[in-house]
Amino acid sequence: MIDMVDVCKSYGKAQPAVNRLNLHIEKGEFVFIVGSSGSGKSTLLKLLMKELDATSGSIMVNGQKLEEMKRRKVAKYRRTLGVVFQDFRLLKDRNVYENVAFAQRVIGRPTRVIRKRVPEMLTVVGLAEKYKSRPKELSGGEQQRVALARALVNQPDILLADEPTGNLDPQTALEIMQLLEEINARGTTVLVVTHNKEIVNAMKKRVVAMRRGVIISDEQEGEYHD
Amino acid sequence: MFSLASIVTMFACILLFGIFFSIVNNVNYMTKHIEQDVPIVVFFGNADTETAADDDEKEPLDQAKIDEIGSLIRKRPEVKKMEYISADDAWNEFVEQNFKDHPQAAEGFKEDNPLANSASYRVYVNKIEKQGELIAYIESLDYVREVEHSEAAVRTLSSLNRLVAYVSIGLITLLLLVSIFLISNTISTGISIRKEEIGIMKLIGATDLFVRMPFLLEGIILGIIGAALPLLTLYFAYTKAVDFVLAKFSILSDILQFMPVNTVFHSLLPIGIALGIGIGFIGSFLTTRKHLRI
Ligand SMILES: Nc1ncnc2c1ncn2[C@@H]1O[C@H](COP(=O)(O)OP(=O)(O)OP(=O)(O)O)[C@@H](O)[C@H]1O
Ligand SMILES: [Mg+2]
Repeated sequence: MIDMVDVCKSYGKAQPAVNRLNLHIEKGEFVFIVGSSGSGKSTLLKLLMKELDATSGSIMVNGQKLEEMKRRKVAKYRRTLGVVFQDFRLLKDRNVYENVAFAQRVIGRPTRVIRKRVPEMLTVVGLAEKYKSRPKELSGGEQQRVALARALVNQPDILLADEPTGNLDPQTALEIMQLLEEINARGTTVLVVTHNKEIVNAMKKRVVAMRRGVIISDEQEGEYHD
Repeated sequence: MFSLASIVTMFACILLFGIFFSIVNNVNYMTKHIEQDVPIVVFFGNADTETAADDDEKEPLDQAKIDEIGSLIRKRPEVKKMEYISADDAWNEFVEQNFKDHPQAAEGFKEDNPLANSASYRVYVNKIEKQGELIAYIESLDYVREVEHSEAAVRTLSSLNRLVAYVSIGLITLLLLVSIFLISNTISTGISIRKEEIGIMKLIGATDLFVRMPFLLEGIILGIIGAALPLLTLYFAYTKAVDFVLAKFSILSDILQFMPVNTVFHSLLPIGIALGIGIGFIGSFLTTRKHLRI
């Protein structure tokens, strides 16, 4: 599903944020990516969604080489992904419903489908009642859940989630992680960046640990320790 | 802010376009009328010489030859209509014009028409551009002594028309560029305000076209507004202007044949709207192409 070979990414002249990284992920896997702040986790996800291009190396997703992908194919590729951004990136002047519906509009779903699907998704993340609120009227955790709903509404092949539970209380965080596990069980490949040790250790999934742009450990049923 | 400026410039651009369009079309229209009114006059040589007609004593060309020339001319496709003026008609006309108050003074010439050689055809062309061709043809015919044509009025009008056309093309091009520039500014302001939103849209899989569409539409709508306002203004101003000119220059009412406003707008309206849409589309197309490479 995902195959990264010798991937480097440098921002300017500084030390590379991702340095000669090799990572292989099978279809249907559930992978935690952990590591201290600045270790290159978000950069890794941005490379996978082609928000950034690798400085060198090769990234293959779903049989497509990202570095060779034509500009006009990028949109189509991104539609196969669901993304939760570390900073949410919700549309500020639209309400919760619109934010989630928007992801469906982008891929051309008919309004009839959107009207049914969006409320379902909002119910799943527990925000059904707040569908009319604007992002700035929501707490951090609520915004995070809107972002998650938006990422999942199109039933993506791959979910890339950058700290999807960073602003949530332990109980809600656990519920969200269980939701991701369910989605994974239905076939979606899931990559989750997180700092939440308890959850990582409780869920017994594959854990990839990074430090300064390189993978320092990669274990099935791994644990997260500093 | 910019959108107001762009609509104002576009207003000026399309208003000017409309004014010049009306002027050029009307001058053309009048030229047509004059073309139809000013004939080519064909005079004939003498029976025994073919062209030289210095000697007035010689006999006028016989009627059969004249008819033959007439039928040759009539066959030409440039000819709209023609009429034959006999020597007597010419004399009567001359008397009418010059001896109106003293008809008895002309009596003496009655038996010996001094204009015996003045039988002529008056040929009216259907297209002024074809006039030269026709004249050359007629001049090449046997027994044709002289071909007279007064182009002066027509020439002045068409050169005036050309001048108006050139000046207006220059001005309109300038305003067109300014309009496109201002539309482009309007759109790029809109884009920079929504930069973040556009970025998000693209990251969740929106195509370039999807992102671009609202801006293209905005440009086109600005274009339509910018075209509709001046066209509307012009529509109401046109009749007023025509009435004013007619009142002011009533002596020239023969030449001043204005087209009805609906005829002018029959072509001006679609062209004007297309121009507006074109300006809006080009302005927003170029800008979005420049700014939306994310
Ligand atoms: N746009 C950027 N320009 C320059 N440097 C950047 C940029 N984004 C990230 N970096 C640098 O790249 C390195 C890795 O950043 P990244 O965001 O991938 O870390 P992270 O593992 O996601 O950290 P965190 O856990 O705090 O989110 C850091 O040193 C950071 O300063
Ligand atoms: Mg990060």
